[in-house]
Amino acid sequence: MSDVIPMPVGPAGGHVRLGSNAGQSMTRRDGIAKVTGTATYAADNRPDRLLHAVYASASIARGRVTFLDTAAAEAHPGVVMVMTPANRPPLAIHPDEKVGMFGQKIEALQDDGVRYAGQPIALVVAETLEAAAEGARLLAPRYEALPPRIDIDAQPRFEAETVGFGFPAAHAVGDLEAGLAAAARVVERDYVTPAQYHNALEPHAIVAEWQGDRLIIDTPNQAIVMMRGVFAAYFDMPEENLLLRSPYLGGGFGSKAAVWGPQLLVILAAKALGRPVKLALRRDQMFGPVSHRGATRQKLRLGLDAEGRLTALEHRAAAVGSSFENFFEPAGRASENLYATPAMAMSHEGIRIDTGTPGAMRAPGEASGSAALESVMDEAAFELGLDPLEFRLRNYAETDPATGNPFSSKALRECYAQGAARFGWAGRPLQPRQMRDAAGLLTGWGMGTAIFPAPMFQATARAVLRADGSAVVETAAADMGQGAWTSLAQIAADGLGIDVSRLEFRSGSSDLPDAGVAGGSGHTATAGSALFNAGADAVAKLAELATKDPASPLFGAGNAAVVARDGRLMLADDESRGEAYEDILARAGLDLIEGHGKGVRGEAEAQSRAMFSHGAVFAEVKVDPDLGQVRVSRLVGAFAAGRIINPKLADSQLKGGMIWGIGFALQEEAIHDPRTGRPVNADLAGYHVPVNADVPHVEAITVHEDDPFVNTLGVKGVGEIGITGTVGAIANAVWHATGVRVRRFPIHPEDLIG
Amino acid sequence: MTPFEFIRPATLAEAVAAGAEPDSRYLAGGTNLLDLMKLGVAVPRRLIDISRLPGLDRIEAQPDGGLRIGAMVRNSDLARDPAVLRGHPAVAEALLSGASAQLRNAATVGGNLLQQTRCPYFQDPAAACNRRDPGAGCEAIGGVTRGHAVLGWTETCIATHASDFCVPLAALDARVEIAGPGGTREVGMAELHPLPDEDSAGNPAIRPGEVLTALVLPPGSDAFAGHSRYVKLRERTSFAFAVVSAAAMLDMDGGTIRAGRLALGGVAARPWRVAEAEALLAGQAPDAELFDRVAGVLTEGAHPSGQNGFKIALARRIAVRALVAAAAGTPARMPALPGSVFASEGDLTHV
Ligand SMILES: Cc1cc2nc3c(=O)[nH]c(=O)nc-3n(C[C@H](O)[C@H](O)[C@H](O)COP(=O)(O)OP(=O)(O)OC[C@H]3O[C@@H](n4cnc5c(N)ncnc54)[C@H](O)[C@@H]3O)c2cc1C
Ligand code: SF4
Repeated sequence: MSDVIPMPVGPAGGHVRLGSNAGQSMTRRDGIAKVTGTATYAADNRPDRLLHAVYASASIARGRVTFLDTAAAEAHPGVVMVMTPANRPPLAIHPDEKVGMFGQKIEALQDDGVRYAGQPIALVVAETLEAAAEGARLLAPRYEALPPRIDIDAQPRFEAETVGFGFPAAHAVGDLEAGLAAAARVVERDYVTPAQYHNALEPHAIVAEWQGDRLIIDTPNQAIVMMRGVFAAYFDMPEENLLLRSPYLGGGFGSKAAVWGPQLLVILAAKALGRPVKLALRRDQMFGPVSHRGATRQKLRLGLDAEGRLTALEHRAAAVGSSFENFFEPAGRASENLYATPAMAMSHEGIRIDTGTPGAMRAPGEASGSAALESVMDEAAFELGLDPLEFRLRNYAETDPATGNPFSSKALRECYAQGAARFGWAGRPLQPRQMRDAAGLLTGWGMGTAIFPAPMFQATARAVLRADGSAVVETAAADMGQGAWTSLAQIAADGLGIDVSRLEFRSGSSDLPDAGVAGGSGHTATAGSALFNAGADAVAKLAELATKDPASPLFGAGNAAVVARDGRLMLADDESRGEAYEDILARAGLDLIEGHGKGVRGEAEAQSRAMFSHGAVFAEVKVDPDLGQVRVSRLVGAFAAGRIINPKLADSQLKGGMIWGIGFALQEEAIHDPRTGRPVNADLAGYHVPVNADVPHVEAITVHEDDPFVNTLGVKGVGEIGITGTVGAIANAVWHATGVRVRRFPIHPEDLIG
Repeated sequence: MTPFEFIRPATLAEAVAAGAEPDSRYLAGGTNLLDLMKLGVAVPRRLIDISRLPGLDRIEAQPDGGLRIGAMVRNSDLARDPAVLRGHPAVAEALLSGASAQLRNAATVGGNLLQQTRCPYFQDPAAACNRRDPGAGCEAIGGVTRGHAVLGWTETCIATHASDFCVPLAALDARVEIAGPGGTREVGMAELHPLPDEDSAGNPAIRPGEVLTALVLPPGSDAFAGHSRYVKLRERTSFAFAVVSAAAMLDMDGGTIRAGRLALGGVAARPWRVAEAEALLAGQAPDAELFDRVAGVLTEGAHPSGQNGFKIALARRIAVRALVAAAAGTPARMPALPGSVFASEGDLTHV
């Protein structure tokens, strides 16, 4: 069963539409359900005869488990199953094989080996959560431990073959050495970024129930149909026998676009026991098998001519991965498409340590890479005696530096101008440590450029116009809190030419058409295009009926001469001639008319244009001169991200990204004990993310941008770009306030006190 | 989790009797204890809910001028109590600088005083810890020690006391009343929070079967009300434990300090006071150079217990900052960001 969100209708519901549905700041449709607690997240499901699972986590980071007291666990009242490598039922695919595009080796009790602290080493299933937890505790594992490799800088580096999900690890344009040799000045700097964990508010969770050979799983997922396929592959079952429901995610940030070992174990347990089983990860377990952003060590070299124009740009990133898998944070890629340079070289090294495998975390690569790039740009501007914004304008790329292709659209100049004006950038002293506020706090201003690709994946959708003029659209989109339930419905309604209040939207379930992945900031563009096209297809069929029907006022008009709006088809050049959808269907004796649509980018456009969202972020920080505490007192971002479907939701996404930038610059950092490899701050008291008081003022401006090439909707994406630019802007502002350049993130108070 | 019995005694006497049984723990607001139970650090077999014991939720002015605060008074209620705001503003400021509004609504006075250290190794049952398991060793040493002590530590334990509230309490010579099987005793803050020595790791000095019943602010401690501040350095503006903090209080006689009090948080197993440092203040006019000298004496003997040497300089500076702020006078209204170095920022809503 897919979810349907009833539409609040009428003035009380609050939304009055003017013109098209898209472009309106419609309030999120799932908001009331969420704040009143009626929205069912995966772990809220409680099917009859439900059992509860808890997994035991390895407390060593490398070695093997030599003993588990399964007898003690099994003897605990309420425990019904203890699953270990010795009795784990078979999977059709070995967990060390990769399945699908985002596949990684995962840990599903394949053997007694331990490759990181927090790895699942046994699953205990019981009648109650408490009994399962106690069963897991009673296992009291014993280990044969090897010294873990944790100290990043003590590990050997090697040339990475690929980065991210199989991207090329190196890219070069022109002759780097020649560019550096020709430079009047070379600026070379090293930057360090830490491991970060997604820490979505909703932990990873699953409820699995077998009904004969059918499997139903409730689990938050960002790529619903694709991951149904992956789950099905592990159990060698036809995909259509598996239903994956994910109507709401309490945040995903990339870590829920995958299948993880604990989910497979729960499905196996549900099958073996013939009862539904639930598992929700504890917060500390989110620092283990469900991926994270890997740490980096980055070196940047800028060659600059006398006027401050780049002659060469080198970005060499060493990215930290696990001992057994090859996901490396593609930090160097952040420098490929932003600043004009005749020569560039990006490359990546890998480093292996004994933690879980990193993966995609909001702006994977772009966030860490942008932090370093925007810092070094600021350092170079200062060396040149140039205003940081002026320096960036001198290096403005009119065409994509990586490919030479034109940009599909690029309103970055307007972003710089509007952001700077709104922030009040003019008159900023070039020298640091020049500004104090009334309370004597050091004040600094910094800026950074934001950039993020505007990809499209593949999606399909179905639209059905019903006899009463209402419609239902279907696609398995994922709402992670970003607002897909709302903005995709707005697009779908426009495709159908009806008011969004007449639309029923089915989504969040794998029995619907594939909406692709909610990731890469491409979900609205991709799923939105599919929905729009499905609606347009239904409307075209309707127009076909009408224009061929002598009883219709539209008889004889060509399809192209007809427009659809507000549930009516009309002649484009005479809107008084037209009729309601209901009438066309009634005369044709049809209950409904169905359309199908795809969302996919045209190959020609994809090959010939560079497609990116851009932005400019300006930060003001206050720093206590004696104590080094930093507060981001103002953050202003201006972004050009194509057409904005829902300004209110886009604003939230952009601000949310910028707030992640505050966390990246000043707070977020997972720390592992160097001797045991166990995380020492695996909770939200120890792993800091920004709180309200850290964000007194954040403003996101969207700059108008028409893009005829990205897709017919003109939509790029807003989900990730806010982090890029922001981290550098804050670090640069901290330098501007204090005169201290910190090249290791996050910036701590002790870094700033002399 | 390990099954436990849950008892809700009707009287203090019943609570004391129940607490004397082995493996019993008292439950107040539960904001610390329940977390420790979920982590497997505390594994009680009997949980004795004392949160509804009659008579422990009152704030009473004493005939001698002292203020007696029941152990079950919630942190948020105490922080907004008119008598506390008037007479002991730094106590309110420290309370409001701690944790979050939700936690303060649940946390009690007794629980705050008896909360455990936030040492990550204490919180990890797989790590060796003398505080949890005397004689097991201290895994923090040589580990990640940013939050650990720079004063008063031994190789037995290098943990710090996490409470903000306790810092001004220590400065004010507050005392606590403890009811136990043998009757009631009264101890001072320093006695309640012993420093570690060669043998013991410095757990709160409360024995099984003892209930902390009240906190007493001694008569005359409101003499500092006009010049009383708490300052807390933290890595996010709210909802974070102190890296270092300081409470400073001055009893002013015109332009001269009659007496001064000063305590540091986040640097030792208890709020750190040094009588010689405070003595330097008496009879002097407030002055940056004086404050610096006082802070120097206060932090004398400080040495890193790991990668935390930076805290020594920060501790000294925050002591000076708190003294300067105290000398400037208690603000007419609670700052929007209590205890914050950004106190002057923002609107009037507490966070
Ligand atoms: C995320 C987080 C952030 C925090 N941040 C801060 C911060 O910034 N600053 C700060 O100061 N604190 C902070 N705290 C700690 C918080 O102040 C304490 O958890 C709280 O004060 C404990 O009070 P409680 O009533 O909930 O105690 P409980 O958890 O109920 O009890 C704590 C301990 O005291 C014992 N106990 C409680 N009352 C009595 C009594 N009357 N007699 C005998 N024994 C008793 C219990 O048995 C237990 O061992 C934070 C806590 C959390 C979870
Ligand atoms: S510092 Fe103290 S609390 Fe921490 S591990 Fe050592 S003994 Fe335990």
